[in-house]
Amino acid sequence: MSSPAALSVRRIYAMILRHLYLFKKSWVRVVEMAYWPTMQMVLWAFIAKFLATNSSLIAQVPGVLVSALLLWEILFRGQLGVALSFFEELYSRNLGHLFVSPLRPLELVAAMIGVSLIRTVIGVGTAIALAIVLYQTSIFDLGVPLVSFFANLLVTAWSVGLMVSALVMRYGLAAENFAWGAIFVAAPLSGIYYPIAVLPPWLQAVAWWLPTSHVFEGMRAVLLEGTFRWDYFWTTVALNALYLLVGVAVFLASFNGARKRGMLLQIGE
Amino acid sequence: MNVVEVSGLTKRFGKVEAVRDISFTVARGSTTALLGGNGAGKTTTISTLLGVLLPTAGRIVVLGEDIARHRYRVLPRMNFTSPYVDLPRKLTVAENLMVFARLYGVARPRRRIAALVEALELGEFVKRAYGTLSAGQRTRVSIAKALLNEPDLLLLDEPTASLDPDIADRVRTQLVDYQRQTGATLLLASHNMPEVERICDAVLMMRAGRIVDTGSPADLLARYGRRNMEEVFLDVARQRNGERVEAAPA
Repeated sequence: MSSPAALSVRRIYAMILRHLYLFKKSWVRVVEMAYWPTMQMVLWAFIAKFLATNSSLIAQVPGVLVSALLLWEILFRGQLGVALSFFEELYSRNLGHLFVSPLRPLELVAAMIGVSLIRTVIGVGTAIALAIVLYQTSIFDLGVPLVSFFANLLVTAWSVGLMVSALVMRYGLAAENFAWGAIFVAAPLSGIYYPIAVLPPWLQAVAWWLPTSHVFEGMRAVLLEGTFRWDYFWTTVALNALYLLVGVAVFLASFNGARKRGMLLQIGE
Repeated sequence: MNVVEVSGLTKRFGKVEAVRDISFTVARGSTTALLGGNGAGKTTTISTLLGVLLPTAGRIVVLGEDIARHRYRVLPRMNFTSPYVDLPRKLTVAENLMVFARLYGVARPRRRIAALVEALELGEFVKRAYGTLSAGQRTRVSIAKALLNEPDLLLLDEPTASLDPDIADRVRTQLVDYQRQTGATLLLASHNMPEVERICDAVLMMRAGRIVDTGSPADLLARYGRRNMEEVFLDVARQRNGERVEAAPA
């Protein structure tokens, strides 16, 4: 037995294993992970191709839209991965068994993040591979900065996923739709396909509080100017630290609230 | 020595007082029943012992540890089963048991699972998805999950609810066997009076969130002048309305 005070890698792995069992037996789940990123990528690749013949800016970097799209999918799939792995426990009315076991809430959070990483790599990885084959557009052209974009977007995604999971723990599966819609609130403000400067000034002020805005501006700087903007990078890291802290705190607060209300043995479908 | 010590436990949900200032102990190696009608406070009490429900007031010590402060020290030595809490339905029985074996840090999980599969006769459906099993099979799997870590304290919420008499009898036998082999302590919430008479050596009678009587089944039968626990239960349950329950003709 491990020290009671320590988080346990074994328990975190047990929770990831629970989801790997699911993936192993359901090819539909795995295909579904790759389906939407692939569809989006195909759609936007055609749009990019069209714009490339009509815009000198885009013509310089034909892959910019596809790259933006794939980064957006990392964010969306990462957030969904966290929320869906939590929902699986609710659908199967299993939270009671989990929380009478030695599993700690933070270990569950770590496992949800692990599952999210696996789901994102499967889902977005397929779309990235197809983009290379079909359009000769590789997100890897972003080079080393891609690692920072990928990591930062995932951290943002996990923070939002934890907040959505907390919401569902508080209000039940009636709040499930937030998992599909929450991240889209940030989409217009994140400058995914256009610079933040396009937004009205008051919205720009809001947008700069989103880590995602700095990631997508950073992406454009790499693709259009060939420079890695460290100022964007460090601002994103700082904002993400704040977001993740808030995400974990909200999840833990929701867990404690569920313990007060007696929801852990009851919550489910 | 007591495995469970509860003092002044109260749980309120808004204006509803589900458990009202109850105190009791559970002796090591005993099988104790929490007996009471719907809404008596049995499940609330068990949930607070497990720490999944925070009490409004009171102190709970389990296996020598204060649950409010050191819950994670004792959880590896406890386990729980309830027909109202499921396991992941798409995972097979074996996969479910493996996940929980790892969560509880069971040494040699495959060997332990194999032993439980044999003892609880799960072999026939161990590779089937949990969601495809009958209620009786699910209960046996749930009990296997509860025995994975060989708990010193096993909490059971209506362990034989909705089972046919044959399966219910097998489940009781398995629980009694486990208790005898390991000296574990069992605390069960139940409506099933024959079950309580058969396997319990102590009873805590609950009504409207209070413990209204305690004793062994034999003590209670003698005290209430009844032939079986069902009549005792009716006496206790209906005293709320000042009724006296006449014994049914023999």
